[in-house]
Amino acid sequence: MSDSIVPVKEIEEKMDTDKMWVIMGPQHPFSHGLWTLKVQLDGEIVTDAEPIVGYLHRGWEKETESREYPKIIPMADRLCYCASMTYTHLYCMTVEKALGIDIPEKAKYIRMVADEVCRIQSHLMWLAAVGTDLGSYTVFLWSMREREFFLDLNVKLCGARMTTNYPRIGGVRNDTTELFDRDILRAVDRFEKALWDIIALIDDSSIFVSRMKGISFINRETAANIGLTGPAMRGCGVDFDIRRDDPYDNYDKVDFEVPVLKAGDSYSRYMIRIEEMFQSCEIIRQGVAKIKALGKNAPYRVKTPSKVPAGTAFARLEDPRGESLMYLVADGTDRPYRLKVRSPIFTNVSSARLQSVGVRIADVPAVLAQIDMCLGETDR
Amino acid sequence: MDADAVYQTPTVEEIASILPAKFASVKVTKTETRRVYATVPREDIFAVCTYIHDNLTFEHCTTLLGVDYVDHMSVVYHLSNYYNGVMIELVVDVPVDDLHVESVTSIWEGANWHERETWELFGIVFDNHPKLERLLTPKTYEFFPFRKSYKLRGSE
Repeated sequence: MSDSIVPVKEIEEKMDTDKMWVIMGPQHPFSHGLWTLKVQLDGEIVTDAEPIVGYLHRGWEKETESREYPKIIPMADRLCYCASMTYTHLYCMTVEKALGIDIPEKAKYIRMVADEVCRIQSHLMWLAAVGTDLGSYTVFLWSMREREFFLDLNVKLCGARMTTNYPRIGGVRNDTTELFDRDILRAVDRFEKALWDIIALIDDSSIFVSRMKGISFINRETAANIGLTGPAMRGCGVDFDIRRDDPYDNYDKVDFEVPVLKAGDSYSRYMIRIEEMFQSCEIIRQGVAKIKALGKNAPYRVKTPSKVPAGTAFARLEDPRGESLMYLVADGTDRPYRLKVRSPIFTNVSSARLQSVGVRIADVPAVLAQIDMCLGETDR
Repeated sequence: MDADAVYQTPTVEEIASILPAKFASVKVTKTETRRVYATVPREDIFAVCTYIHDNLTFEHCTTLLGVDYVDHMSVVYHLSNYYNGVMIELVVDVPVDDLHVESVTSIWEGANWHERETWELFGIVFDNHPKLERLLTPKTYEFFPFRKSYKLRGSE
């Protein structure tokens, strides 16, 4: 006010407030696992942030060096509990590359369908987490309910719900079970309708939208340079998906779209994942039809030697959370000499500073929910 | 082939011919569909990476890892192009008695944590890294657990 005796505005500008470090985690409702985010606050605005990971480091890569190749398959499942099949798939792909073998068509399609089922599971787990982070328990419950149908598909395919132990070096463990194609199509049809309910719940809620829209903007160049991958990167305008641009298995034989949004805010990163779930449904439909066309007696697994010839090989695939890569150094024995896992979250979480600087402390959970934390693969 | 031009979507053949033309020390060992494998001496890695980033438009450093071959160590870089899905694998050999490599964090910010991880697990020092501290293992560790000289209990 101009007629005020005290020049409030000038004093406020000159006022030097102390910055405060707030430690969120390792046990904090927003962290979804054991990790810590140290944030520096100026009033309510985050001015600096530092993620701390490593509480779950168990030396996964070192452990693999003392195990035979097939024994690493169940270990690879434990890298990520939400999408366990993608890591097992990646590991088998890497060893097959080192062996220089090609697997049967049917195994490729089964792996692809199983991967997409895992992608939907993982995205639903993320949606549930976003729901609780932003204060809607209904979103959590509905997402978990939908996820259950896809876990049931895992049970029908291989008998386990989460740590599936299903892909094998040279194919998959068993053929699709009876009526699997009927059940998966039913689940997908049902899910597409149910997902619209959840979307309506979120998009019609001004609380959700106002806490995500326009928050934490990242432009295309920064997103590429800082190593963001997966839905977080495509929400920032990078038009790249390994399934389409560097196809592995049979992704080049199915037709799907890669959603890309240029807005670069928290909301667009959320939208990408929602759209990806619809595209996964599309891929599942086409994949199931191809499996059916191959017939019942098509081979689904080839025998592979137990010793891998000396050399190096790497493979990468599009994990639900981003780009994952495995690098194998083989020395001619039945155990790997070195196996490295590139986890998408490990790099995505290193950008937590970039994502959270400038936002309010209350929005930090909403922003960091978009990277979909999973500590099993981050710390390895 | 103009080595100083900027290529947004370089093909595998172009990369395999440009890189050795620009840097005489770079040897392309193998090419596959959308993959180029090359070895680089330690002194040139920063210049080669800068060139790959600026002129060949490899915007993303997928990963960076260490391998302990006992007689020497290797740092392996995986770089990817977002326009055509081509990847370059660079292998840099580092002698055991002088474990130093130039950091590429100033080129790709995403390499930051990978370099920290490689340092703490193998002891390979990345020069000019902004913050080379332990990340996954406890800060009190004074050994490098992923070296072959570090034996797991019961693995002998």
